[in-house]
Amino acid sequence: MAAIEIRALRKAFDGADVLKGVDLTIEDGEFISLVGPSGCGKSTLLRIISGLEPQSSGEIWIDGASADGVRPSARNLAMVFQSYALYPHLSVFDNIAVPLRMKRLSALERAPLVGWLMPGRRRAERVIREDVERVAEQLEISPLLQRKPGQLSGGQRQRVAVGRAIVRQPRAFLFDEPLSNLDAKLRVHMRAEIAQLHRQLKTTFIYVTHDQAEAMTMSGRIAVMIDGELIQVGTPTAIYEDPRDIRVAEFIGTPKINTFPGRVRSDGRLEVLGHVLHAATPAPVGECRACIRPERIELGASGILSGTVVHLENLGSEAFVHIGSAGMNAPAVARVNDPSQLPAIGAPVGYGFAPEAVRAFDAGGKRIATTIASRVERPREMAVV
Amino acid sequence: MTSRARTLLWSATRHFLLLAGALVMLTPFIWMLSTASKPQTEIFSSDLHLIPYHFALWDNLRTAFAKADLWRYLLNGLIVTISIFGLQLLVALPAAYALAKLRFLGRDGLFALVVFCILIPPQATAIPVFLLLHKLGVLDSYAALVLPFTISVFGIFLMRQFFKTVPDDLIDAARMDGISEFGIVWRVMLPTAIPAVTAFGIFSVVAHWNDYFWPLIVLNSEHLQTPPLAVAQFRNNEAGTNYGPLMAAAMVIIAPLVIAFLFAQRRFIEGITLTGIK
Amino acid sequence: MSDAAATLQGVAAVPGVRARLFARPRPAGRSAAAYALAAPAFVLMLMMLIGPLGGVIALSFTDYQLGAPSFAWIGLSNYGEMFADRVFWISLKNTLTYVAIVVPGAVALGLGVALLVQSGSGLRSWYRTVYFLPVMATLIAMAIVWEFMLHPQFGLVNGLLRAAGLQGHSWLQDRGTALYSLCVIGIWQATGFNMVLFLAGLVSIPKHLYDASEIDGAESAWSRFRLVTWPMLGPVTLFVVTISAIRSFQVFDTVQVLTKGGPSKSSEVLIYTMYTEGFEFFRSGYGAAVTVVFLGFVLLLTLLKSALGSREVHYA
Repeated sequence: MAAIEIRALRKAFDGADVLKGVDLTIEDGEFISLVGPSGCGKSTLLRIISGLEPQSSGEIWIDGASADGVRPSARNLAMVFQSYALYPHLSVFDNIAVPLRMKRLSALERAPLVGWLMPGRRRAERVIREDVERVAEQLEISPLLQRKPGQLSGGQRQRVAVGRAIVRQPRAFLFDEPLSNLDAKLRVHMRAEIAQLHRQLKTTFIYVTHDQAEAMTMSGRIAVMIDGELIQVGTPTAIYEDPRDIRVAEFIGTPKINTFPGRVRSDGRLEVLGHVLHAATPAPVGECRACIRPERIELGASGILSGTVVHLENLGSEAFVHIGSAGMNAPAVARVNDPSQLPAIGAPVGYGFAPEAVRAFDAGGKRIATTIASRVERPREMAVV
Repeated sequence: MTSRARTLLWSATRHFLLLAGALVMLTPFIWMLSTASKPQTEIFSSDLHLIPYHFALWDNLRTAFAKADLWRYLLNGLIVTISIFGLQLLVALPAAYALAKLRFLGRDGLFALVVFCILIPPQATAIPVFLLLHKLGVLDSYAALVLPFTISVFGIFLMRQFFKTVPDDLIDAARMDGISEFGIVWRVMLPTAIPAVTAFGIFSVVAHWNDYFWPLIVLNSEHLQTPPLAVAQFRNNEAGTNYGPLMAAAMVIIAPLVIAFLFAQRRFIEGITLTGIK
Repeated sequence: MSDAAATLQGVAAVPGVRARLFARPRPAGRSAAAYALAAPAFVLMLMMLIGPLGGVIALSFTDYQLGAPSFAWIGLSNYGEMFADRVFWISLKNTLTYVAIVVPGAVALGLGVALLVQSGSGLRSWYRTVYFLPVMATLIAMAIVWEFMLHPQFGLVNGLLRAAGLQGHSWLQDRGTALYSLCVIGIWQATGFNMVLFLAGLVSIPKHLYDASEIDGAESAWSRFRLVTWPMLGPVTLFVVTISAIRSFQVFDTVQVLTKGGPSKSSEVLIYTMYTEGFEFFRSGYGAAVTVVFLGFVLLLTLLKSALGSREVHYA
């Protein structure tokens, strides 16, 4: 069990900054996801935590002790790789046993023929065998123990990789996009299995993924990383409902959140596409963007905005209506719960949203607070005498 | 020891070991250069030194060119290697295309035959081919040097493997445009296979420029000698006396390939590796 | 005449259609094209490779000599003469000794150099070039340079030895050292080639395996080598050993130019024997028999490689 602290971590490759000062505290036993688009630096961060890569500056503290100069194997962290990284020439049993043999046997005891002559070897092997078999049973791969990785399916290989991590009884598990190589159905199944595993083991899980659905469904907390910076850390609900940065709002949630160009008026009310909203903000006058989730858009003639249906996506259980409006570069997407009531393509349609659904962001992308109001209590910017 | 110091120590050790080995690898070249630059008196002295006291490289080269028609022999090498490679392409490319992209009865058998032939070492067929050329009356000629090597089963194999990666659509488009199968080989397959052809070329030119065994067997006339034969002949003639010019001659002989190699190292090494890993 | 044939004839009678029919061959026409394309290669293969292969085996059962008007089938007499010939056995023993020294030497050094080069990032391509240079340079020319370097009085090697206070030797002139000197030249020349093959193998090992081994506790370079590098290099190593062995069996150039098999046959090797019998004495039948023995060894090596190679196929 480990509480892991990351302090002011920076990393540069060939002069390019990959991590630009990351601070994060990971609680003991929690399941936290590092989420972000490709190239944001999350895998680099994971490798630095594991010790495979040194940082340019900053510190990693594991369980109250600095990890500086401590080798990966000595940090007692286990890693599950995207490509599984199973030793192709070893059986499943031997693959899982490798970390145990490395730790418990001396170099001489590990030697090919001579090692078996050493007194402690046989006893150690017996304990190793018990440990490996126990883990294999837990992951339901016992019948596969004598096979080689080349003979296993993707899902089975994944489990062996997890087994090799579990058997070490590490302080924390590091997952580097472990499900990316699996097909969609298997991925959904494995998500549940990994979440279940976390409940069983109660050990810290640090999970890196570019798939925000994985992060949302599995984690206790999500850390959103974009361009080498940690933008926001919080529970899935908080990240979804209360994004602090427009990049977080746009990254989390499928389909993407709708962004309307707008501005803050002098009386504090928000104006979107020329229509004044029942939402107000204490933020200064200027350009802003109002974001509304597809499921909060309501179609109807009474809506304050209007446009034309340019595209329909009918998924059977729900549907998405793409609406093109004047003043918008991209169509707005609205979710419709009953696909049998869809408008036709090309039909004019009105749409609107409740003021509580608005998430407003200033020109720099930072979230600005909004309240429901028809009037605003706020000093006027321009004093008209 | 800190991790940084450990890395530095390893880096130093690595360079030390590799440089020592590199020195061993380069010593014959350095010594060859050194001896070729020395006059007779310095060569035949027990005082061992690298830099000559009296620079005699041009003298030695002049003597070498005077004693042996080195330009002629280099030219022979050029004629022979280029002829061989050109003919190899002419024979191998169409066959490789047929094996890779066309369906015909006996295709798999032919390919199996090609793979089998790769295993045949060149020395094994020497005697019968020699007798054949003797019967044809072409011994001691350019033809004798070139003819047996026009078939390069290795080249067929290499190009077939490469051709298989060319998309079928490209070929179908060419057919729709009215290009004949023969035309497809030269106008569609060859342009896309330049890297493989380069590798093949390097492999072929190096192997045949350096070939000593076959020219030794089939040649009698001095004016037809290829570079390896030429330098061996030179040594036999000088037999222990004129080392300066001999080393100079050796220098001239290896110069073309070595210079080409230094200019295009990456290509050379890629070529040899590619052909090596089959 | 069937309706279809009649129709076809009628159609083909129209000029433009006829041209179009023959310009774009349908699949049947393509087959003919394939045969045409492959024919030259096929004919040459028969003439220069397969034919001679059969020819050399057949020849070994005759007493043919070049220029003789006729020959006779003498069964296994050539082989009998060969196995009774003391020189043949010396030649075979020398060849096997040469292979037994050069192959482990060149393979181990090639692997060692490749590992060293890959283990750091400095000067990689420079080292690669330098070690590969001996492979490129014409062997005959370099052999002559070596001959001078091994010169008893004025050679570099003896000069350095004497400077170190040790004794010089007549390396190529002494029957105790001639073969081993040739071995040194052989290793010098082959190391770079093996290095390049091993480098290709090393580069193809997935990086993640090293990461995993690091996390699993393989702390020293040696344990990483044992756990990841050596097993993953298995197929490449087998290939390199086989290729080196076959090339070593073919040793000829250095022998012919430097020692001519001497002194006292101490450096006589198989291909040199075949050369002298087949092309200096022109005893084609006997030379063919020696060739067949040579072929036997090459075949053995190839079969060994196939047998060992099919056992271990690694998946990533």
